[in-house]
Amino acid sequence: MSEAFEPKILAFLCNWCAYAGADLAGVSRLQYPPAIRVVRVMCSGRVDPLFVVKGLKNGFDSVFVSG
Amino acid sequence: MTAPSEYNRGFEHRAAIYIKFAQAVPLAYTIDRDLCIGCGLCEKVCLAEAIQYDEEPKKKELEAGAVVLAVGNDAFDPRGLDVYGYGEFPNVVTSMDFERILCATGPYRGHVHRPSDLKEPEKIAWLQCIGSRDTHECSHPYCSSVCCMYAIKEAVIAKEHSVHPLDTAIFYMDMRTYGKDFEKYYDRAREEEGVRFIRCRIHSVEEDRETNDLILRYADESGNMQVETFDMVVLSVGLKTPKRLVEVAKLLDIELDKDSFVETGAFTPVETSRKGVYVCGTFLEPKDIPCSVMEASAAACGAEEVLSDVRGTLVKEKTYPEETDVFSQEPRTGVFVCNCGINIAGYLDVPAVTEYARTLPGVVYAEHNLFTCSQDTQVMITEVIKREGLNRVVVASCTPKTHEPMFQETLRDAGLNKYLFEMANIRNQCSWVHSHDWDKATEKAKDLTRMAVARAQLIQVLPQPTVSVDHKALVIGGGVSGMTAALALADQGFHTYLVEQANELGGNALKLIHTWRGEEISGRIKEMVKQLKDHPLVDVYTGATIKEASGFIGNFETTITQNGSDIKLEHGAVIVAVGAEEYKPTEYLYGEDDRVLTALDLDSAISSKEERIAKAKTAVFIQCVGSREPERPYCSKVCCTHTMQSALQLKEMNPEMDIYVLYRDIRTYGQREELYRDARNRGVIFIRYDLEQKPEVKKNGDGISVRVKDPILGRDVEINSDFVVLASAIVPRDNSLLSEMFKLALNNEGFFLEAHPKLAPVESATAGILLAGMAHYPKPVEESIAQAKAAASRASVVLCKDELTIEGVISHVNELMCRGCGKCVEACPYGAIAVEEREDGKSTASVQGALCKGCGACAVACPTGAAALMHFTDDQVLTMVEAALAM
Repeated sequence: MSEAFEPKILAFLCNWCAYAGADLAGVSRLQYPPAIRVVRVMCSGRVDPLFVVKGLKNGFDSVFVSG
Repeated sequence: MTAPSEYNRGFEHRAAIYIKFAQAVPLAYTIDRDLCIGCGLCEKVCLAEAIQYDEEPKKKELEAGAVVLAVGNDAFDPRGLDVYGYGEFPNVVTSMDFERILCATGPYRGHVHRPSDLKEPEKIAWLQCIGSRDTHECSHPYCSSVCCMYAIKEAVIAKEHSVHPLDTAIFYMDMRTYGKDFEKYYDRAREEEGVRFIRCRIHSVEEDRETNDLILRYADESGNMQVETFDMVVLSVGLKTPKRLVEVAKLLDIELDKDSFVETGAFTPVETSRKGVYVCGTFLEPKDIPCSVMEASAAACGAEEVLSDVRGTLVKEKTYPEETDVFSQEPRTGVFVCNCGINIAGYLDVPAVTEYARTLPGVVYAEHNLFTCSQDTQVMITEVIKREGLNRVVVASCTPKTHEPMFQETLRDAGLNKYLFEMANIRNQCSWVHSHDWDKATEKAKDLTRMAVARAQLIQVLPQPTVSVDHKALVIGGGVSGMTAALALADQGFHTYLVEQANELGGNALKLIHTWRGEEISGRIKEMVKQLKDHPLVDVYTGATIKEASGFIGNFETTITQNGSDIKLEHGAVIVAVGAEEYKPTEYLYGEDDRVLTALDLDSAISSKEERIAKAKTAVFIQCVGSREPERPYCSKVCCTHTMQSALQLKEMNPEMDIYVLYRDIRTYGQREELYRDARNRGVIFIRYDLEQKPEVKKNGDGISVRVKDPILGRDVEINSDFVVLASAIVPRDNSLLSEMFKLALNNEGFFLEAHPKLAPVESATAGILLAGMAHYPKPVEESIAQAKAAASRASVVLCKDELTIEGVISHVNELMCRGCGKCVEACPYGAIAVEEREDGKSTASVQGALCKGCGACAVACPTGAAALMHFTDDQVLTMVEAALAM
């Protein structure tokens, strides 16, 4: 067996809550796997289903929308 | 060197150099001089040279025209009450300790553990009224107002955080969930979350020495002693004024009352005894966040009134160079990578990220800085922008939440539109969270920089147009709230229209006799009416109704109808203060027998000195008539206090009168508790009843018989009364028309909904429209006045401007692509989009920029792609998705 599977995750985070949450995780030095790439949006309502599909199509293993 | 962390209440230790708490503003370190050994090494190692080790405290003198005291208060320290064992038994904690235990930044990172052995508790008890509603030495007689709600919240959250089913029990005397939507939270906690509520008196808390479990002894409602064991006990401690604030009051020469709270009046709820000094929050009386926030704005309003003549005189306007036209230019991107001292550079390869940035398409310049945010770097960036002809700037550093506005300012100083800026958050999302993996953190920082650069190629110049502001205000409703708001606005110099549907001003206050502190009401109302009529800046319209309304913040147009003719009013802000009304009961023989009165009926009977009241031998009050019922699941907030006032007044008139109060919970919150205590001392008898077993009221010869089950005796008692007073609910008026005209949301019960229950309690979700008084929720006179002043203050923020700047990040509808389906209108939470017929007969949607908050919901809802959110268009977002993995 090669290395354990590490999913690549695309995250759409709302500027006002989840993005601030990711900031707080940083300020609190909470360690998590470096597999997530964050795209900031002004509201999770801005996340078009197309964005999610595009993420998966481009090679992400999962897409995380938080807001 | 370490000391117990104040923030985490001794559960953790901190160093001698520390940040006081995670949300501190500014998020800067401080040196604990008492703990410091004095080596001064910190000054030498600080790369930013931010430490001046020998710096001494300096005195600064400020000149001010008004002072606002928002100094807060302390939590009660239960160490003096030995029956609870706080400080002795490790698993007895205060509610403040428990807040830290529940918090993600707390000692256990939000996991629920008990201090003695870090075991996850299975049973937790909350004990209410610790240090409150207690006349014993070292406690306080008043109710601390906030503890019932926070205990329920802590119990619910503890259940959520607990890995296994957690049993939570709240031991209380009266459950005081009197605020807006509080009762529903209580109902949900009890019925859906399974929080147990036990009405009792606590005898003692003892510890099992082997297990550190706690043995709780209490007397239940029927007086029987009960024993139950818990893993943890939380003491719901109240609020108190500490000595240091008593000293502050002395220093400022303002008067405190016997409980050491600032003395104010119901009609001047935020004014201290010293002119020009205002107060808000818990230094006034224990209170929750919404009321504190309201008072904060009310205090600001006081200061605005006295300072209105000099408004804006100290403001210096900043000027910017003219914006460079970059429309036809190819993107020339500059990338600035921040070391953040060692915050980034200590965990990933900053030079490598910078080198990598230079290779990215569109990048013509890249460098790294020790601190990209420092003042000298800003000057340098401005020079580089000019020298290199940059027209896009990317900073790879920390979070745009804190630093984007500052860098945008630098762009403006360099003559670039502020929207030509992008950030990559390589500190909070890389170095700080992948601190043990240099390679992966570096790789991710490169990815984030590449994503930001890709986006930078597509972002555009955005305009920030302005709209003019009409400096006049409209106040709807001429009750005590509306009158207060109108006077406060006019006293600040804003022309105000006051519209009242009745033929006279005054509203519900005309029917009230006294405030709970005994201040006479009607005389004061007459005085206010006179002030309004004489005020050159107020136009009063009585007997008038709202017919039509249109416009947006700064530019409203409202048509009112008075005496059959229409009047058009133009104004920049609206305050909705339409009040509420007394529920006319359909129960307990009301309307069938004239000896059954409502609270307001009794007030007018007392005012007109009716003999049947003065000479009565027995009176019965029934509380919660129409409130806290399935069809009206809210507490009307004022009725318990009003009943105490009435009962005391009746005792004053006739000390021999037997008075019974039938209640579910007595909710004389804050210092109103004093009235409850007085009523009991004067012999008023209180009998509790349950919603399931309401009292029965029957005609019985000359009197009325009231039957109720006494929970202490466990038996029915029958009282023959001369009259019965129903503490009937406060119900909203029919607000549907106003809600439609001004696009204002109502809650389930029909009260106007605020923009945020805690942080924006007087704003509606529609910009420029404020709420005040009972239209928002039932409340007593003093709170209505505070909210009205708060609304006037919030309105003045708009009214004092000559123009409003419309942000660039808003939606835009492309008319050519729009087919007028209206999906965007439905999606918009702010009422910022409307479909209108154009001159050519086609219907298309258009965005009112002043109302748009830039959420982009319309862009997602739009089936044709006509609606787009500027700065976050599909291609601007998707290019980041594509760049994220494109290696």
